[in-house]
Amino acid sequence: MRLTHILPLVLFAVVALALGIGLTLNPRIIPSALIDKPVPEFTLPPVDGRPNGLAADDLRTGDVAIVNVFASWCGPCRIEHPLLMEIARSGEVPVHGINYKDLPRNAVTWLKRYGDPYQRVGSDRNGRVSIDWGVYGVPETFVVDRDGRIAYKHVGPMTRDDMDDKIMKKVRELQRK
Amino acid sequence: MILTICRAWLLEMTAAFLFLVLPSISQAVPVDAPLADPALEARARALHKVIRCLVCQNQSIDDSNADLARDLRVVVRQRISLGGSDQEVLNYLVDRYGDWVLLNPPFNIRTLALWLGPVAILLLGGTVAVVVFRQQRSTHESKPEPLTAKEQARLNALLDNDRDAI
Repeated sequence: MRLTHILPLVLFAVVALALGIGLTLNPRIIPSALIDKPVPEFTLPPVDGRPNGLAADDLRTGDVAIVNVFASWCGPCRIEHPLLMEIARSGEVPVHGINYKDLPRNAVTWLKRYGDPYQRVGSDRNGRVSIDWGVYGVPETFVVDRDGRIAYKHVGPMTRDDMDDKIMKKVRELQRK
Repeated sequence: MILTICRAWLLEMTAAFLFLVLPSISQAVPVDAPLADPALEARARALHKVIRCLVCQNQSIDDSNADLARDLRVVVRQRISLGGSDQEVLNYLVDRYGDWVLLNPPFNIRTLALWLGPVAILLLGGTVAVVVFRQQRSTHESKPEPLTAKEQARLNALLDNDRDAI
């Protein structure tokens, strides 16, 4: 068999493989442009009825931190919420929240009902600060390093595997530094 | 008979509703307020058309009704009215969402394969096609080798046999 006879077959296999891999990727996950960049400058007021807002300075205290963007109207947020509660209970790393386009009283009720894992929660009523964070869908979870740089971003509700193998793994890795 | 007419009429009305009424309803949905200055608004609209709605993936923020698309339209209008150039506004969004926010991916080292890939594949495919066609033509043009004496004798015998059978 001559090379020119096998070549189309090889090409077909390569294209099929590339497209096959492409099909298994999740198009909703967009690589973050903000990895390794400092957190955006922002100051968010607390949610009415809850102390402690969130600002960029709160993320430059020399500690690794998790920042979770959530909303009471967001269904998937409820799925991952018990995991955030678990992280908070372990005390391994502070968890902060950005409450995205939410009514304060809904947010407060929601946190009362399902538990409040957050040390600080900034209320982002119009979603503008979240745009600075490159947020395009809630929930999103960021890991911020000791110097206040975004080290990791998870889009969508985290599963237990995401928490163990990606988020907490990154947190521990950064804490060792 | 009447039933068929009724059904046809219903179908037509549904189609008319879908194609004529619905678009005007969707247009009637109040979009975020345009800028007062028509020149600035035109620039903002032009930018809206090249910015991807990140939630809906393959729509521009100009086309999309998504919440985030509306927020991004507002951001673009604000930045334009504050005196930002088109490029500055785009850079602001690219800094936050990456090149993906642009519907037209820029030509750079990371998108090299994207832009040049199709040309490379075309060239490769073309070369293969030319080589294969040339080979085929040369095999067609070359005459078959003449029969040996033995083969010719066998052929004649077969042909004679056939003739006898008739």
